[in-house]
Amino acid sequence: MSGKYVVEDREKLTFSVDRETLVSPELLERERRAIFDRSWIYVGHGSEVAEPGAFKTRSVAGRPVIFTRDKGGQVRCLLNSCRHRGAIVCVAREGNQNSFSCPYHGWTYDGGGGLLTVPGEDAYGPHFAKNAMGLVAPPRLEAYRDFYFLNFDIGARGLADDLAGAKEYIDLVVDQSPSGRLQVISGTQEYDIRANWKLLVENSVDDYHLPSTHSTWLNYMRSAGVITRPGREAGLLLPTRGMGKDLGNGHLTTDNVNFRGRPVAAWISIYGEEAKADIAAIRAELVRRLGEARAARVADTNRNLVVFPNLVVNDGSSVTVRTFFPTAPDHMHVTAWALGPVEETEAQRARRLDAFLTFYGPGGFATPDDVAALELLQQGYRTWREVRWNDLSRGMGKDASDQLNTDEGHVRVFWRRWSELMEGAP
Amino acid sequence: MSDPTRAEIEDLFYREAELLDNWRLEEWMELLTDDAGYYIPPNDKPDADHRTTLFTIADNNARLKERVKRISDPNCHAENPPSRTRRHIANVRIASRSGDTIEAHANFIVHRFRRGEDVRVFVGHYRYKLRREGGALKIAERRAILDAEELGALGAVSFIL
Repeated sequence: MSGKYVVEDREKLTFSVDRETLVSPELLERERRAIFDRSWIYVGHGSEVAEPGAFKTRSVAGRPVIFTRDKGGQVRCLLNSCRHRGAIVCVAREGNQNSFSCPYHGWTYDGGGGLLTVPGEDAYGPHFAKNAMGLVAPPRLEAYRDFYFLNFDIGARGLADDLAGAKEYIDLVVDQSPSGRLQVISGTQEYDIRANWKLLVENSVDDYHLPSTHSTWLNYMRSAGVITRPGREAGLLLPTRGMGKDLGNGHLTTDNVNFRGRPVAAWISIYGEEAKADIAAIRAELVRRLGEARAARVADTNRNLVVFPNLVVNDGSSVTVRTFFPTAPDHMHVTAWALGPVEETEAQRARRLDAFLTFYGPGGFATPDDVAALELLQQGYRTWREVRWNDLSRGMGKDASDQLNTDEGHVRVFWRRWSELMEGAP
Repeated sequence: MSDPTRAEIEDLFYREAELLDNWRLEEWMELLTDDAGYYIPPNDKPDADHRTTLFTIADNNARLKERVKRISDPNCHAENPPSRTRRHIANVRIASRSGDTIEAHANFIVHRFRRGEDVRVFVGHYRYKLRREGGALKIAERRAILDAEELGALGAVSFIL
């Protein structure tokens, strides 16, 4: 398969992506229509709106939305724009309230978006139907294991079908919780990267960059007793073997034998001596509940999952949910949260949050270097007319099932789906 | 042990700003107690506790030492070359005293410059816990609380704020 921008040659084993895709305002506009308006886009986690009336406002695929739970307990997503003249009706970041009142002319909507009151309603004609003038919802809102996604394409296939193999990896994350319930933990990391949004998709699953971009993080891990030298098996650049996998429909993941510290359940000295027994108990609970084999997958492997196009769930040094939207071809806005089992003890929760900061986030020991790397890429793309093609051919000589996490088989999955939606490549 | 005056606290803060702006991080560490912590709460939960809320930075002393090691390493790409910063510390006041610990607050404006990038302006306030050790006034905890609603264009906080 080949398009104009994504060119694959299976004989010469090359896979090239045109750098114009990373700089062009016209292509970004097409992405908004062909990708963001047709794919399942992550909105939020049900735990963020745990109580009836609870809401969060955020921007999803460029639209201001209210993510809320109505009085009946139903999670809803409403476009945050008054039906009268269009102002945002809810300006608060979060809260709990039964109605949203437009600051401009005072039209007031109930928690489910229904239009309640219109000041001076008698001035409207007899055909003015309040019951048809509620806040507009995106055509589709569906959830998988409390992860809520919207779709602006009313004809899109259902979320569960679309997620395909990604479901199994979401399940592995959720299995950390004895009751199967995770929650988004208080505290939001929102930061911009001056780079094309697709570069963060690549970066989130590209383990090839780990030894060079994150050598200072590896030093930090080594000081905590982690073995960081590459494993002996041929081809390994990292201490353990990891795979890159195609999960269908543009979704992809790494699936790695763990070598780092993990609150579930790999102790490192950073967690403190007193955590050792507790982490052993967490693992024992996993084995009792899931059996040895499944427990080992949950605890002793880690994964960075991409749900096409822009949701990343990193289940590594902790669990982070990260979503990002382009604001310009060379600029994106990132929002990230920490996820944890609802039944964690205070000490376990504190350890999870501390472990998060060993790697992730704008003050972590690794993410700032990813940000720096992505911004260097974007600066380099000012040469795109002269230096036209990105090379993503690592591992192409091997079967799809043999792609390492340091190969690029899984990154190609993203670009093939991109090409399918953007240029109709088969 | 005499109670510190505001002037003595201001001198400590100005000295700290000078050392940080000049990337004299080893000397800066000498201003801290052996158990000093460094915290930046998330922009949406400025008053939260790092044990229950995801922070931007929550370093105990061991990690703070690792952080200094990391950002001094040329392989720390986010800070190579090191950011140029200029700190302005103002509105210094003593907030409370309890036992041997003094809580002092100050406002800050930190401009951060990197080649080829727009200037980034970090505005907020510090909450310090100070303690006297062997006669010297030292920093037992520093908490930098940003006023921005989100990090946004400030990007990553890879230098010591």
